[in-house]
Amino acid sequence: MESIYLDHAATTPMHPDVIEEMVPVYKETFGNPSSVHQFGRSARRLLDQARRTTASSIGANEKEIVFTSGGTEADNLAIIGTAIANQQKGKHIITTSIEHHATLHAVESLEAQGFDVTYLPVDESGAVKTEDVQQALRDDTILVSIMMVNNETGVIQPIEEIADLMNSHQAYFHSDIVQAYGLLNINVKELPIDLLAVSGHKINGPKGVGFLYVREGTQLATLQHGGEQERKRRAGTENVPAVKGFEKAVEIITEKRTSYREAYRRYRNRFIETLKEESVNYSINGAEDKTMESIVNISFPGMNVETLLTNFDLSGVAASSGSACTAGSVEPSHVLSAMYGAEDDRTTNSIRFSFGLANNDDNVEQAAKKVSQIVHRLSD
Amino acid sequence: MKERKDTRVVVGMSGGVDSSVAALLLKQQGYDVVGIFMKNWDDTDENGVCTATEDYEDVIRVCNQLDIPYYAVNFEKQYWDKVFSYFLEEYKAGRTPNPDVMCNKEIKFKAFLDHAMSLGADYLATGHYAQVRENNGSYEMLRGVDHNKDQTYFLNQLSQDVLAKVMFPLGHLEKKEVRKIAEENDLATAKKKDSTGICFIGERNFKDFLSEYLPAQPGNMETLDGEVKGKHDGLMYYTLGQRQGLGIGGAGDPWFVVGKNVEDNILYVGQGFHHDALYSDGLIASEANWTSGNAPIEAFKATAKFRYRQEDSGVTVFPMEDGRFKVTFDEPERAITPGQAVVLYDGEVCLGGATIDTVLKEETAITYVG
Repeated sequence: MESIYLDHAATTPMHPDVIEEMVPVYKETFGNPSSVHQFGRSARRLLDQARRTTASSIGANEKEIVFTSGGTEADNLAIIGTAIANQQKGKHIITTSIEHHATLHAVESLEAQGFDVTYLPVDESGAVKTEDVQQALRDDTILVSIMMVNNETGVIQPIEEIADLMNSHQAYFHSDIVQAYGLLNINVKELPIDLLAVSGHKINGPKGVGFLYVREGTQLATLQHGGEQERKRRAGTENVPAVKGFEKAVEIITEKRTSYREAYRRYRNRFIETLKEESVNYSINGAEDKTMESIVNISFPGMNVETLLTNFDLSGVAASSGSACTAGSVEPSHVLSAMYGAEDDRTTNSIRFSFGLANNDDNVEQAAKKVSQIVHRLSD
Repeated sequence: MKERKDTRVVVGMSGGVDSSVAALLLKQQGYDVVGIFMKNWDDTDENGVCTATEDYEDVIRVCNQLDIPYYAVNFEKQYWDKVFSYFLEEYKAGRTPNPDVMCNKEIKFKAFLDHAMSLGADYLATGHYAQVRENNGSYEMLRGVDHNKDQTYFLNQLSQDVLAKVMFPLGHLEKKEVRKIAEENDLATAKKKDSTGICFIGERNFKDFLSEYLPAQPGNMETLDGEVKGKHDGLMYYTLGQRQGLGIGGAGDPWFVVGKNVEDNILYVGQGFHHDALYSDGLIASEANWTSGNAPIEAFKATAKFRYRQEDSGVTVFPMEDGRFKVTFDEPERAITPGQAVVLYDGEVCLGGATIDTVLKEETAITYVG
């Protein structure tokens, strides 16, 4: 039985060229970039080069890139780091109810420390409204954190509009761009945004690496204490081989952005078309015209997430939904709850399928056929 | 007949040693084994951590050792509606419910069985100590070989339809053999302590737990003659035959709970383990299930258990026209408790069971037992 991976929003397979790029670093360039000898310098050289590449991928200055262990750490550093460093200006933070847990749990930890957090709603389209941000802004707002593309629905948020609106306000604007980076063209020269969090393993790079873009002049407290790496913003010996692999992944996705997006759109359409041809009862969550081509979140009326996902996996189709509690059972999606209300059936009958390098026209169609068979069998 | 490798068996895995070994044995026998953890109770805190976490972690570790897929399924709503509500109602009525019997009937061998079947399973297996024997398309449930661990008492509500689809891979084993198999195979749960008590209460204090859901109404402790001996904290905290926690001192034999008067909120107490009021010679039970699928029409001799892990007692069973049945005891029985199950056996075969409703003495209902 062929296994078909439709969970690229969770993580992606590494591009073979990325692995090839990393192996010699593990073998030869093992030095500590902070060391004052040639071994250290060789590693530092790789790090500098990677910093230039990643910076230029978003039009940033290399000094504005802080390598982290991934998206979660980048979000935490952005949110908690700016909140701590700017609390004398105010203690109000604005975010949305559809953020990734890296953001939600970070702001919740600040809430417990006395910060005041506004969680903006979304409507059925799955997008936050710029007017809502405007209304929520207060004199004591110090940070607004809104993701660029939602990881469950793929719905693109109006980040440019919000950034323009924020331009005249003291608050920093942070965006988790983990699901957008690579596929969407993002340039901080044109986008007035202060902080951006990126993950390596979502763009066919290695796990354990990501970066935070920090616009020059942004007041940021450090969360991890130790050595003076990353301009004192992130202590700890740099993960040089992963950074090197990440750089390669950035180069590849930047170059192939257009063809990737075309392919993913085709997969997504093929997948949906097949469900339609197989007469499956389904509906798509979120506004389709605002959705990234790499993600589709589908509601199967009358079904149950756990039964669907288990059946899919047992027949070789890997997908996901919402988030699991620590005991493995699937919790109703907080994103879909925010869109449709906590009592809506869509929060417990929806599956996210996400497309990427592990797919081709054929396996996407096969997967859709298997999904259709299962849904039909469970409907009987 | 399907080959074993094409026969899918869903194993209900709790994270304990018994279900771990059940999965191991099925895997060794060549079945297509799928491990599933049931989450029936929500005590998730604000960090998303619940007491089931460690158990699920153990399920993951064992399934990875066995190289079988594992999943979780949530039956919190069904459990609340079918088991916990019943549990509270029974306590409110002054009875002593058996949530394990209800959990097996409504959750493990109904909702969970349906779930397993929806995954294309041919069988559902659990780590219960019981056996199923097939004779020409009909099924009998037998006690586990390890009589000390035998769990047919809790399984008395299983029907033919269910027995046709279940496997109890541990039924022919002694508990110590199960431990040994777990240790020999270095299973992650080999040394794990057996869980005790009611699953949703766990290690917590029973009284504290119950008081969160039912208002406690303190009242008098009295002898059956109406002599006030002290105060009780709420009838639901006491069960028939109980000695602990009464706090009645003084001369003579220790004091025991001998009955409850729900209407007047009185706890009856009597002196001596063998107090006459604790003894009865018969009962009437409802919600009868006959594992054979055929309800008996005529009276018959059998053995019975009135609580888990009790020795069998000789009884005569008299089926009643309304589906209930009456049981008379060969010898008087102590502390027969309404709400608990009476389970009937013919030798090793578990014939079925029912819920004790009325306790009889000389053909007359004892009114003071609740």
